[in-house]
Amino acid sequence: MDFQYHVEGGDFTNAGSTSSEVKRMLKKMGVRPDIVKRTVVALYEAEVNIVAHAYRGDIFVDLEPDKVCITLKDEGPGIPNVEWAMQKGNSTASPKVREMGFGAGMGLPNIQNNSDEMHIDTEVGVGTTISFVNHFA
Amino acid sequence: MQEDFHHALKFKYDLCIGCAHCTGACPTGAIHVEDGHPRLDPNRCVDCGRCYIACPVNAIYIEQDDFQTVYDCKYPVLLMPSIFMAQFEDKIKEKTILSALYHIGFKHVFECEKSVDFLKGEMQKASDENDGLKPLISTFCPAIVRLIQVKFPVLVPNLYLMKPPLDLTALYIRKLLTEEDNIPEEDIGIFYVTPCAAKIAAIKSPATEEESPVTKVVNMNFLYSKVMRVIKQGEYQLCDDARTRFHRLSKASLNYTLTGGEASMLKEGRNLAIDGIHNVSEFLEKLEDEDIQDIDFLELRACDESCCGGILTANNRFLMTERQRKRMQKSPDEVDSEDNDLLNYTDYLAQHKRVLGHVEPRSMEKMDDDLAIAMQKMKRAFEINQNLPQVDCRICGYQSCKALSEATVKGDAEVEQCIFIQRILEHCDKMDISETMKVMTKIWGTKKTSSSIAKNLNL
Repeated sequence: MDFQYHVEGGDFTNAGSTSSEVKRMLKKMGVRPDIVKRTVVALYEAEVNIVAHAYRGDIFVDLEPDKVCITLKDEGPGIPNVEWAMQKGNSTASPKVREMGFGAGMGLPNIQNNSDEMHIDTEVGVGTTISFVNHFA
Repeated sequence: MQEDFHHALKFKYDLCIGCAHCTGACPTGAIHVEDGHPRLDPNRCVDCGRCYIACPVNAIYIEQDDFQTVYDCKYPVLLMPSIFMAQFEDKIKEKTILSALYHIGFKHVFECEKSVDFLKGEMQKASDENDGLKPLISTFCPAIVRLIQVKFPVLVPNLYLMKPPLDLTALYIRKLLTEEDNIPEEDIGIFYVTPCAAKIAAIKSPATEEESPVTKVVNMNFLYSKVMRVIKQGEYQLCDDARTRFHRLSKASLNYTLTGGEASMLKEGRNLAIDGIHNVSEFLEKLEDEDIQDIDFLELRACDESCCGGILTANNRFLMTERQRKRMQKSPDEVDSEDNDLLNYTDYLAQHKRVLGHVEPRSMEKMDDDLAIAMQKMKRAFEINQNLPQVDCRICGYQSCKALSEATVKGDAEVEQCIFIQRILEHCDKMDISETMKVMTKIWGTKKTSSSIAKNLNL
């Protein structure tokens, strides 16, 4: 089953609506609660990344009987150094942003921790595509 | 195979007029209409009692144990939530109520919240020590525990597995009476006065325990009436102060049953209190979505105004809350073991504070046990739902268009039950009037679909 959702950059009121939709489907399928939780955490994080940093993006959800594959493709600034950004605590956020408790450098590591496979494709000035897979067993 | 939940809510079909108001009120979509009457899905129902409130003809009743058992019991003890007292008008004094209860036959009267003074320290400790899953969710309200089991299985690990005051006080009573008064264990009967159906269900088939320490259940409105009758007829004798084991409760103990009573006991961290099952559902949905973070403790109650809003209370919930608050004003801030002898048993209670059982997620959402089949069914249900009118009129007998599409896929219903679909099929000559009438009769029974109605209306 394939689904597609659109995300507008800067729309914080609706951030998280895709992860909520996906959660509902996984619950209907009877996927194990801890796997539902992992998927929701990873997707929520990635979705909010688009809202916070990109201009717009699309989320593609491919639901299969044994796994869910999710791809988030955005038009945005891109990530200059993916390897560096994947390290816990690394963040480009300004001190001002950090003071408020944002930009702790946990975003990408959190997606990785809550998915079975994760892949990032990014180009500075063009956008980022993050895809991850969670298996149901 | 999971055992079915025990339910205290029952329908009286002889009184039921088949209006389906209960179907609409249910927060878990557990009721649909068939043959003119509501049918309950025992695995969805969480005993919150919204249907009981919605029913316009009192066709839903709450079963209770035979009160006669009080007289068969050698040593009957009453265990009641402190709000039992708040049902009575101000002019009826506490001593009068107690005297009436002794007159009815109880040897002692205890209030459940007696163990709150013990629990208070334990809660803060658990919250401070919790560095794992956040937030901790209170298991005080059994309707909420079941709601989480069936609707929010992801949150089951967050449930705070501490015995509620009712269980802890019941343990203390057994200990006290066997050790200090030398009453044989088997002679003691603990009769719990319940403000709601969920507590009954929790005692009869506990989600969190193997067995409840409570012997029998009495409905609060039933006992209220019994006490009022004794008082009005002046049958009782004023009780002797020395005899009563009824002690003063602290402010925090009296506050415990009110909304905010648990959350306000925690001095550190972010602790929220939410009442009303629909409010709770809305919040848990967001919590499950990861939309809400960094909350330390959640006090969740199914009824508006918490237990004062229980469906078995005999008085208005706002008035009861006000009386409870007034009683609080006259109560001490702190009590010691002289005021509350339960505090002499803290070591014993600390050993038994954790619930014995294990709360299992038991999702009602899943469409099938097999993931691949569940996915196919979900897909089919989406397709059906997209073609339904989304009016949620309940004429199909289900709560919503979505509920009908899911029931159809599960094989429990037919899409032809939708009145819009019936009209469309008639228009396309795929169904004739007698066939659609048959479908309507199957849902609503013969009475509502009889031709005599046209005659009665002179049509």
